[in-house]
Amino acid sequence: MATQSLLPAGDFRTTYADDTPIFPTRVSRMAACAAVALLCLAPLALNQYWLSLMIQIGTMAIAALGLNILVGFTGQISIGHAAFFGLGAFASAYLSTKLSVPTFFAIPLAALITAAAGLVFGLPAARLKGLYLAIATLAAQYILLDFFARAEWFTGGVVPAMAAPFRIFGITLQGDRQYFYVVLAYLVASFVLVTNLMRTRDGRALIAVRDHYLSAEIMGINLAKYRTLSFALAAFFAGIGGALYAHYQGIVSSEGFGIDRSILFLAIVIIGGLGSIMGTLMGTVFMVLLPEAMEALSALLRGGAIDQALGLRSNIAFLREIAIGLAIVFFLIVEPDGLAHRWARIKAYWKLYPFSN
Amino acid sequence: MNTQLLLQLLLNGLVVGTLYGVVAMSFVLIYKATQVVNFAQGEFLLVGAWICWWLLTRYQLPFWLGLPITLIFMLVFGIALQVCLLRPMIGEPIIAVIMVTIGLATVLQAALKWTFGTNLQPFPPLFAAQTVDVFGLPVQTVYLFSLSVSLVAMAAMAWFFRSTRYGLAMRATAFDQQVAQSLGISVKAVFAMAWAISAVVSALAGIVVAVVNGVSAGLSVYGIKVFPAVILGGLESIAGAVLGGVIIGLLENTAHFVDSEYLHWGNLYEIAPFYALVIILMIKPHGLFGIKEIERI
Repeated sequence: MATQSLLPAGDFRTTYADDTPIFPTRVSRMAACAAVALLCLAPLALNQYWLSLMIQIGTMAIAALGLNILVGFTGQISIGHAAFFGLGAFASAYLSTKLSVPTFFAIPLAALITAAAGLVFGLPAARLKGLYLAIATLAAQYILLDFFARAEWFTGGVVPAMAAPFRIFGITLQGDRQYFYVVLAYLVASFVLVTNLMRTRDGRALIAVRDHYLSAEIMGINLAKYRTLSFALAAFFAGIGGALYAHYQGIVSSEGFGIDRSILFLAIVIIGGLGSIMGTLMGTVFMVLLPEAMEALSALLRGGAIDQALGLRSNIAFLREIAIGLAIVFFLIVEPDGLAHRWARIKAYWKLYPFSN
Repeated sequence: MNTQLLLQLLLNGLVVGTLYGVVAMSFVLIYKATQVVNFAQGEFLLVGAWICWWLLTRYQLPFWLGLPITLIFMLVFGIALQVCLLRPMIGEPIIAVIMVTIGLATVLQAALKWTFGTNLQPFPPLFAAQTVDVFGLPVQTVYLFSLSVSLVAMAAMAWFFRSTRYGLAMRATAFDQQVAQSLGISVKAVFAMAWAISAVVSALAGIVVAVVNGVSAGLSVYGIKVFPAVILGGLESIAGAVLGGVIIGLLENTAHFVDSEYLHWGNLYEIAPFYALVIILMIKPHGLFGIKEIERI
C-alpha cells in the first residue's frame, strides 16, 4: 500500500497484502520509476564503451535472476547455468537465421526451448537434493557444451553461428544505442515478472521448499513439481539473457559458455544476495565492473615496479580471474548475505541516525 | 576388432582409473571427515605437480629430494587452507561451502597460470628405460610407476585408517562429530588433518600424472572427473571411490575404443563419464556403497 511516503517506525502489518508490497512507500515507487527513466536517458550521455558494459550487465542480470530463483529462492544448486545461457543464444541464432523467425519472436521462443531443456535436466532434481543435484548440473554443463560442439546443424560447430540483428515493426535496430532499449525493456519486464512471481502461491511454494522441504510437502506442496519448475524458470531467464546476448554480438561461438561463466553467475547471485531480486542486479553490476576495475588498476600501475615484477599487462586475464575468485571467497566469509543485505544495513543506519549504532 | 588397441586402451584405463581412484579417495576423505565438497581437488594436483616441476627444473633437485619437499609443502598448504578458509565456514549452508571451494579453485587456477605459464611443460625423465617387458608385453615404465604409486597410496591409506590412532580418530569424527568430541578427540585437528592428507595424496597423484604426461593447467580435469567416480562408488565410501575411479577410467577408454572403431563421433572419451554420471544419479543416486539417508521429522 504505497500511500505513505515514509515507513512508520514500527512495522505494523495487518493484512497479507500489506506484507507483500512491491514498493513499501510512495518514495520508493517514485525512486524506481525515476531510475528507469534515468536509464532511458543513459544512451544519450554515455559513450560506446559504457553502453556495451551496460548491455552486458543487462543480459547477465536477466540470466542471473533466473539462477537466483533456483539458488536463492528454491535452495537448489546449479553449476551449469552458463550452458543454458549458451543454449538460449544458439537457439535464438538458429531460429532467426536458419528458420527466419522474426527476432522479436525468436527471443521468447529461444527462452521456451531453453526452459524445456532446463526441465529435462531438472528432472533429477525431483529425486535429488543438495550436493547430488549440484553434481547433476555439473554433468548438464559438460553434456550441453559437448552438444554445442557436436551439433553442427544447430550451432555451426567450429564456425560461429550468425544471429540476425534485432528487428521490430520492420525497423532494424542498429548500434548499441538502440539495442540498449531492447535490453532495458527485457530487464525491467523480467524483474517485474519475478518480483510478482514471488508474491504468488507458486513463489511462496518455492520459498517453502527452500526453507524446509519436509514441512512444505506436509503442507501440500508438490516437491518434485516445484523443484523441476524452478529449474525450468531458471533456464527460461538464462535463455532470454543468452538470446539477447546473441543478437547483441551478432555471432555466437561455443566459447564463453563454459564452467567459468557458470561460476560467474553463481558468484553474482551470492555477492548480490541469495533470494534478493534487487541484489541480483547489484551483484551483476559488481561482477561486470570488477574486471574493469582490475584493468584500471593495472593501467594505473603501468610502468611502475609492481608492473614490471608481475608482468601485469600480459597477465590481465589471470588478474581478472583471481579477482573474481577472491571476491567470491571474501563475500562468503565476510558478508554471506550479499550486497543487498549490506544495502539494507546502510539504509537502516541512516533511518535511525544519529541514534544508530 | 582391433584387439591390440583394445588391450592398450584397457591398460590405459586401468592406469588412469587407479589415478582417478586415488584422487577420488582424497576427495571422499575430505567429504567424510568434514562434510565439505571440495571443488578444488583438481587444483591440488596442479599445485603439487607445478611445485615439484619447479623444484626439479629450476633447482635441479633429484626426484627423491624434490618429492618429499613438495609433499611437505602440500601438508602445510592443506592445513593452512582448512584453518584460514574452511574453518570460518563451519555451520554455513552447503552452497556457501561449495562456493568457497569453487572460488579457491578459480584463484589457484589463475595464479598458477600466471606463475608458470599456460604451456605444457615436460617433466624431467625419471627412468632410463622407456619400456619394460611384463610377460612378454612391452609396458611403458611410467605406467608401471603410476600403477605402483597409486597402489602404494591406497595401501597406505587403508593402513592409516585401520591401524593408527589418528586414523581411528578420523573415523570416529566421520561417524559422529559430537560423540568424537566427547571422547576427547580434537575435531578441529581432525579437520585440518583431513585436508592435509587429502592435499598430499592429491599432489602425489598430480606428480604421477605430470611424470606421464607433463604439467599443464589441464591437470585439474582430474578434479572434475572425480565426481562421476565418487558418485558411482558412493560419497561415503573410500573403497567405493577407488572402485568408482577404476570403473570410470575403464569406461572412458572403452568409450574411446567404441568411438574410434565404430561410431566416429569424436570426443566421446571426455563426455562418457558425464552421461554415466547422469544415469547413475537417475537410477541409483547413492552409488554402490553410499549410505542412503533416511530422514525423520
